[in-house]
Amino acid sequence: MESSRRRFMKMAGIAAVGLSAQPVIKAVAAAPTNGTHSLQKGPKALIGSQWAMVIDTRRFKTERDVAPLIEACHKTHNVPHFSDRRHEIKWLWETHFHNAFPDIVNPHMSEEAEHRPYLVLCNHCENPPCVRACPTKATFKRQSDGIVVMDMHRCIGCRFCMAACPYGARSFNFRDPRQGLVEKEMNPQYPTRMKGVVEKCNFCSERLSEGLMPACVEASKGAIVFGDLRDPNSEVRRVLRENFTIRRKSGLGTEPCVYYIV
Amino acid sequence: MNDKKWIVLGLVIFLGLFTFPLWYNLLVRPGTAAPAPEVVLTDKAKAARQCVMPTEFMKTDHMQLLDEWRLKMVREGTGTFVNPEGKMFAASLSNTCLDCHSNKAEFCDRCHDYVSVAPYCWDCHLDNPKGER
Ligand code: HEC
Ligand code: HEC
Ligand code: HEC
Repeated sequence: MESSRRRFMKMAGIAAVGLSAQPVIKAVAAAPTNGTHSLQKGPKALIGSQWAMVIDTRRFKTERDVAPLIEACHKTHNVPHFSDRRHEIKWLWETHFHNAFPDIVNPHMSEEAEHRPYLVLCNHCENPPCVRACPTKATFKRQSDGIVVMDMHRCIGCRFCMAACPYGARSFNFRDPRQGLVEKEMNPQYPTRMKGVVEKCNFCSERLSEGLMPACVEASKGAIVFGDLRDPNSEVRRVLRENFTIRRKSGLGTEPCVYYIV
Repeated sequence: MNDKKWIVLGLVIFLGLFTFPLWYNLLVRPGTAAPAPEVVLTDKAKAARQCVMPTEFMKTDHMQLLDEWRLKMVREGTGTFVNPEGKMFAASLSNTCLDCHSNKAEFCDRCHDYVSVAPYCWDCHLDNPKGER
């Protein structure tokens, strides 16, 4: 293309006309004025950079000691109850020692310890394999508090996360969960889930943001301690300093954040 | 070019049929278009007088606002909304929006039915945050 003075003047003229149209465009097609709004942490929110939990299993002797905690959790989060094991949804449940800690295979162990009920839940790993498996980032490690969060809005129900989780901490909604809930007993403040999504414990992130401890911790009468693993002065760190603890399948390198005093 | 009159006739018939809905509405059934719905405000909303954002913004942008709320609340853990006047609200669909607009059927649904949108939020979110029903 040949350039000439005449051509340059023409282009400059067109550009000037274009610029002068800007106020018109603004007046006709104004972007909605958003005002200055923002989202923040609430004034009462508990702040921690890696939440962690220590369960004192010595305080849970029988199934009757753990049942109220499970009920508190499942009530708070509208976790449905289906009697068919294939449709079961679990956030917090109890299991046998050898299922919880299959890598501890010593023969002749303390009978009392072997037959306690062990509370198990999502470990909110520091190195979570489920997060790496999720194709939509529906499950992710939240930077602000270290919780492994499920964003139900993004879950496509592929169940890769369930295959990846070595703790079986995730459940799939094969049925509409509302069929497994009694309407009068639901917590109307918390959403249910729907058929076709995966769910699990959320470390009560909705309660933490209101300044409340997780429901199971509240119901445990001190047998479960919850706090910030990164804060050396926190209650969990004190309990970890003073007691010998174990974690589930720690050899896998997932770095679980739920500790057990045995 | 002997077919000219057939082509023109065909075109006229085609155009007549194609625009049938338009002139049918205009000539045969004038004034029967569904009127824009009146949304009903609850007493609680009336007492508050103001929505979380200016009404004009809410009319056009409440879905974007809700999207932002759930994104920030779920993914960043920032669950408190501060509006331009500095008022704070919990960023929650059921517990905030439906606290004032507890008459979902006469408010959200009435408008959504009119514009034919069916948000799937209620598959999970409960529309009765106080458990009154
Ligand atoms: C504090 C009470 C309150 C809360 C909370 C609230 N609203 Fe409103 N909302 C109102 C009031 C009052 C009006 C009517 C304002 C007016 O008439 O100018 C309104 C108006 C609206 C309108 C416009 C209706 C129209 O006139 O066409 C929409 C849409 C709306 N709200 C959606 C929402 C959504 C979505 C939420 C949650 C993000 C919400 N509101 C939270 C009080 C509230
Ligand atoms: C003034 C009429 C009006 C009222 C009142 C109203 N909406 Fe809407 N809403 C709309 C329109 C119109 C759309 C669709 C916009 C589009 O298609 O882009 C919509 C879309 C939405 C969407 C997105 C749906 C989707 O599939 O993407 C959500 C969520 C929503 N509304 C929530 C609410 C809630 C909650 C309330 C009541 C508190 C409410 N709306 C009240 C007009 C209204
Ligand atoms: C698969 C179930 C599901 C669907 C469908 C769903 N949500 Fe949610 N939503 C949740 C869950 C679970 C939470 C997490 C609540 C928490 O941790 O406090 C949540 C949180 C939210 C929050 C922030 C906290 C709160 O209490 O409201 C908003 C806002 C929200 N969702 C908006 C929406 C909107 C808008 C839609 C529809 C377009 C929608 N959601 C559809 C399950 C769902």
